[in-house]
Amino acid sequence: MLVISTVLRSSATKSKCDGFLLETLPPTTAVLTREQGLSYYKTMQTIRRMELKADQLYKQKIIRGFCHLYDGQEACCVGIEAALKHEDHLITSYRDHAFTFTRGVPVKHVLAELTGRRSGCAKGKGGSMHMYTRNFYGGNGIVGAQIPLGAGVAWACKYNGTGGVCVAMHGDGAANQGQIFETYNMAALWKLPCVFICENNRYGMGTSVERAAASTDYYKRGEFIPGLRLDGMDVLCVREATKFAAEYCRAGKGPILLELQTYRFHGHSMSDPGVSYRTREEIQEVKSKSDPITLLKDKMVNKNLSSAEELKEIDVAVKKLIEEAAQFATTDAEPPLEDLANHIYYKEPPFEVRGCHPWIKYKSVC
Amino acid sequence: MILRNLPPVQKGRVLYTAVYRTYYSTAVCTLSWDWTLVRLAVKDSVNMAALRSLLSVGKNAVPVLLRREFHGTTPATLKVTVRDALNRALDEELERDEKVLLLGEEVAQFDGVYKVSRGLWKKYGDKRVVDTPISEAGLRPICEFMSFNFSMQAADHIINSGAKTYYMSGGMLPIPIVFRGINGASDGVAAQHSQCYAAWYGHCPGLKVVSPWSSEDARGLLKAAVRDENPVIVLENEMLYGVGFELSEEAQSKDFVVPFGKAKIEKQGSHITLVSHSLMVGKCLEAAAVLAKEGIECEVINLRSIRPLDIATIEQSVIKTNHLVTVEGGWPMFGVGAEISAQIMEGPVFNHLDSPVYRVTGADLPVPYAKNLEECSLPQMKDITFVVKKSLGIKL
Repeated sequence: MLVISTVLRSSATKSKCDGFLLETLPPTTAVLTREQGLSYYKTMQTIRRMELKADQLYKQKIIRGFCHLYDGQEACCVGIEAALKHEDHLITSYRDHAFTFTRGVPVKHVLAELTGRRSGCAKGKGGSMHMYTRNFYGGNGIVGAQIPLGAGVAWACKYNGTGGVCVAMHGDGAANQGQIFETYNMAALWKLPCVFICENNRYGMGTSVERAAASTDYYKRGEFIPGLRLDGMDVLCVREATKFAAEYCRAGKGPILLELQTYRFHGHSMSDPGVSYRTREEIQEVKSKSDPITLLKDKMVNKNLSSAEELKEIDVAVKKLIEEAAQFATTDAEPPLEDLANHIYYKEPPFEVRGCHPWIKYKSVC
Repeated sequence: MILRNLPPVQKGRVLYTAVYRTYYSTAVCTLSWDWTLVRLAVKDSVNMAALRSLLSVGKNAVPVLLRREFHGTTPATLKVTVRDALNRALDEELERDEKVLLLGEEVAQFDGVYKVSRGLWKKYGDKRVVDTPISEAGLRPICEFMSFNFSMQAADHIINSGAKTYYMSGGMLPIPIVFRGINGASDGVAAQHSQCYAAWYGHCPGLKVVSPWSSEDARGLLKAAVRDENPVIVLENEMLYGVGFELSEEAQSKDFVVPFGKAKIEKQGSHITLVSHSLMVGKCLEAAAVLAKEGIECEVINLRSIRPLDIATIEQSVIKTNHLVTVEGGWPMFGVGAEISAQIMEGPVFNHLDSPVYRVTGADLPVPYAKNLEECSLPQMKDITFVVKKSLGIKL
């Protein structure tokens, strides 16, 4: 195991991460083992390739409806997952494919959900914005709605005494929503073990943070909730800060708010080219200087945790995995019609569901 | 905006000015003594490409000028998409009354998520066309919801602060506001983005609710909504934005409004009445065309207005046809069709019915994402033809 120290930096101040209402901050050094490094690299690369594959499938019209991609932000979800424990929970917005994967759903079931097939993680019934698994609550289509829900999950953790925390993700666009502030009030009042995380990728759809927010210090928006702002492109920063935040909550001190400064390479969704409100030069600059995968790769190679060749082998393996998953997702069968009316109610005896006219009746059996 | 501006052929010898007006643009052509086009200025650049192809600077413009289009009259009808009809209506209303303003997510600099407000921010500026942060809550605002699915977060204000205030204040405080946006299912947008709100908002006294289908509906209903002194919900449909419809000369005029509470008979028929709104009107017309080949003549009524509901037009039609089928994209329980059925039953034409009123609706479940399941959950043409035949007692 090799120890490397990394200075947790915030891209705003280029020094330690910024704290708010905190007496101590996360440590300025972190330990990265070779195994961890390879694992983070592989996971981030898998997410990257999976999202690019989704882009391709969308353009081929095999994926329909809305499709919001996560490439550029991989360090956030991988760093967060690396810091969480088995009993912890997570909820996020519609930009959820990556989290679905890191929370435990294999790539092929994520892609099969996007292509609307029966092996999709929601049986093809949810689509891009509605993916779920154990301790992962989506995948929410309505902006900001996941925050009150996340606080509710945190409340259940406290109520049940599991020692778990809930990580509730939102973006800079959602940060101005009223329900967020109502949630902050309740979470602070009742000291809920909730880690609120704002993934600030600078644009809420086509509106830059300057045009949307009276204050762009999102980590301070909790007012009475302590906050941290840090570089969301560095997976180690994210991991250490999330660990710190989770421990803070587990100690019963109440909620905490993290702001991860990050960037999305794609537009808001597949119907947004992403260049009408930001320049191609800006996108290129972030890609060349702050790509989270490249940053980790350079770190590992420079500190001799791995070699360029070994990482290349991982790339090849990931590419193969994604191709196989895409093959599965495009050839799997559509959901059976018998499943149409299932999953309306839970633990309900079978009942009939009206179709598009009185002579069509479906059976709801589970 | 000036397209080309060549120096005059000979100074002081610019003789002619021709003004070319289309539905979208005004072009002022300045011609020199030998009829060559010297300068072309175009206002409202929406259809510039079309204009540019007609007029080329430097060429002899006489043959072009003598074409019918140049004699100051617009063509009798013009094919316009619903999106462009809405855009034009917004533009005209913003121009007509400085108290009108447009606000919503991405309506200004982004030109609107579905491009309905394209060009308006450039024309009217920050004060009149306002980008709002995501906060789904005198002046005569037009609030755009990116989708009515998001309006649920603002529903308290739409109902409690909007619909009820004039009543609660005993007539002191009218609320002239318009809420517009896309409603109903699109294509694969899944459960949280596919709901129809016609019945939800139609339920509330104090609100007016309209649901356009054609470009004429979109244009006229939106203009009427802006000019109405009450809160109006305009339920648009994303699938219709790109569809072109003929707009009559009358419909192109700046003061054209479609009155609320007046349905339109899109197709006359004598065997059965089909009543519908929004996207489903098109499906009814498709079904009617198929049924006509089998000798079944459907009368297709486009409601246009959910509240107030034009039950009188439906009643007149039922007297003629004795059969009624309602078609909507929303869920069956407590829906638009349910309301129409109830009113017909309670009203004077109940005895004219030769069979019950049947409803074709969305299936009674959240809209699934997978394509094959989604198709079963929304009315298709075959559902309409099936129910028509059931109503008429025709063997299937």
